[in-house]
Amino acid sequence: MNPVNYLYLAALLFTIGAAGVLIRRNAIVVFMCVELMLNACNLAFVTFSRMHGNLDGQIIAFFTMVVAAAEVVVGLAIIVSLFRSRHSASVDDASLMKL
Amino acid sequence: MENLIALLVAAPLLGAVVLLCGGRRLDRVGHWLGTALAGASFVVAVVLFTDMLGRSADDRALHQKLFSWIPVEGFQADVAFQLDQLSMTFVLLITSVGTLIHIYSIGYMEHDERRRRFFGYLNLFVAAMLILVIADNYLLLYVGWEGVGLASYLLIGFWQHKPSAATAAKKAFLVNRVGDMGLSIAIMLMFTTFGTFAFGPVLEATGETSEGKLTAIGLMLLLAACGKSAQVPLQSWLGDAMEGPTPVSALIHAATMVTAGVYLIVRSGAIFNGAPDAQLVVVVVGAVTLLFGAIVGCAKDDIKKALAGSTMSQIGYMILAAGLGPIGYVFAIMHLVTHGFFKAGLFLGAGSVMHGMNDEVDMRRYGGLRKYMPVTFVTFGLGYLAIIGFPGLSGFFSKDKIIEAAFAKGGTEGWILGAVTLLGAAITAFYMTRVMLMTFFGEKRWQPDAEGHDPHPHESPKSMTIPMIVLAFGSVFAGGFFSIGDRFLHWLEPVTGHSHGDAPVSATTVTAATMVVLVIGVAVAWVMYGRKAVPAVAPRGSLLTRAARRDLLQDDFNHVVLVRGGEHLTRSLVYVDHSLVDGVVNGTAASMGGLSGRLRKLQNGYARTYAVSMFGGTAVLIAATLLMRAV
Repeated sequence: MNPVNYLYLAALLFTIGAAGVLIRRNAIVVFMCVELMLNACNLAFVTFSRMHGNLDGQIIAFFTMVVAAAEVVVGLAIIVSLFRSRHSASVDDASLMKL
Repeated sequence: MENLIALLVAAPLLGAVVLLCGGRRLDRVGHWLGTALAGASFVVAVVLFTDMLGRSADDRALHQKLFSWIPVEGFQADVAFQLDQLSMTFVLLITSVGTLIHIYSIGYMEHDERRRRFFGYLNLFVAAMLILVIADNYLLLYVGWEGVGLASYLLIGFWQHKPSAATAAKKAFLVNRVGDMGLSIAIMLMFTTFGTFAFGPVLEATGETSEGKLTAIGLMLLLAACGKSAQVPLQSWLGDAMEGPTPVSALIHAATMVTAGVYLIVRSGAIFNGAPDAQLVVVVVGAVTLLFGAIVGCAKDDIKKALAGSTMSQIGYMILAAGLGPIGYVFAIMHLVTHGFFKAGLFLGAGSVMHGMNDEVDMRRYGGLRKYMPVTFVTFGLGYLAIIGFPGLSGFFSKDKIIEAAFAKGGTEGWILGAVTLLGAAITAFYMTRVMLMTFFGEKRWQPDAEGHDPHPHESPKSMTIPMIVLAFGSVFAGGFFSIGDRFLHWLEPVTGHSHGDAPVSATTVTAATMVVLVIGVAVAWVMYGRKAVPAVAPRGSLLTRAARRDLLQDDFNHVVLVRGGEHLTRSLVYVDHSLVDGVVNGTAASMGGLSGRLRKLQNGYARTYAVSMFGGTAVLIAATLLMRAV
């Protein structure tokens, strides 16, 4: 199978994730969309690794996973504490920086 | 010998410091100390003079360098003195008349409780004036120039409890400031042109300097001279300066300080010789002032103001002579010296009259004083004869020479200047005769003063009459002494140079013409003021008389043109500042504020908006990179 198809898939996933981040208001969903974008990147990296025949892309994909795991920890903690204080998981409600 | 020069200045300077810092404990000896130190300076001057006479004409200048004042690479200012024949003439005049007036002031200021301070100021004046005339560079001359200005200010306003005196002092100071501005600009121009401002190098280098630069320097020097010597257009302060005590008017505003302008022009002769345009302006200023002062002098009823008008007019003669170039320099200085004697004598006489008349200055309240004040009458009378140019007296010789020199200028110019000087001589004869007749002749017209005291005219004490007698001797004999055998000409010629010019009329004709106008002037005055009684209240007078009483509207002119003009200028500048400058600044600030207010709206606090801008930005960057690569 042509590896370019995997790249199309990665682009599709990334676009879905980006659209989710921009459009959805629920913090959990936005968060999941961010993960989706990260995984789209991982897929692209792995595909490139395969196309070029070296392992650099795969190594970077591992790094991304580690970073994503760390991000999940911090991000979920923020969302939980936000929910506790404001009784809502909507990102629009957390617009405190607005003048 | 040259080490003595500094002593000339040191003596009166010491007097000023001691008297002004010494406090009340010196009140009883202050006047003696001041007079003694002025006298000491005179003695030193005489010693230096006899020494100078002992040397040949080319070897008479002495130099003394005290110390380096501003020793900077490319800018050397020394405190150094130069005593040549020109400076020597001034030094003798200043110290001799100065000492006499110190003596006179002992009597005149006897009842003034601030007499010590008065003598301190007088000493300060003498010191500053000496610095002015013996400086060997323009910068040190400037120090003296400012020093005499300060002393003049302090002395005009000596009776500062009178608002008129305080105002007059301020007026003199401000008008002089305009002239001083000219001198400082001239010095700066000299420095940029010649790289130095010592007399020697500057005056020698004038030969290879462009005429334009010399004209600029010359005109600035003339502005300075106009301020200090009360010449049109900066003449307005001299009349008001008569608010000062009379000895001050005699010393500063008649004999010495006001002649500093003449000194400056004669000293800078080489500059003016190279700048005919500047010389022409000098001559015009002299001629205009000559008539201006004379006309003002004709209309004033205040004896001191009449004499002030006369001073202005006589200095006009000197400035005119100085503007004629080498034909006139020597005669300008000669008239300056004789004028110093007779005008100081006249002022001291006026002071003596005021002293006897409860400080009354209105000549319409005098009359018939010759019986009460014989010494004052005789000395004043001799001064009067000298100033109108009575044959054989000082003014006859010196003024005659100036009139001759004016004719010798040649061409139409010479005829015009000659006519102006002759007309001036006629008016001089008129107003001085008027002063004489109103004061000493006719019926007595004095009245009780405001408190009901009748004046008891009496002769002044010896301390006042002796200086008057000495000055009267000078008024009578100085001119003849200078002129016979051209003594003064030979004395000054090595410094100022001299040329005869070609007179279209002979000297005898000029003298005859002068005599004719003199007789006409005296006769007209006699018809108007001698033959019939002088009214005690001034008649309304013609339009010209009324204008002349107001100093030919000089103050009105200054008010309308300078004060109003200045106000309008500042107002329009403020308007421009408010509307244009502030407008630009405030407009920039307001537009920045408005713009940022609008930009602020972009920061709405929604995380999504920021995410969009990040995505958008990244997309643009990637698109741009791809596009660049494709190209």
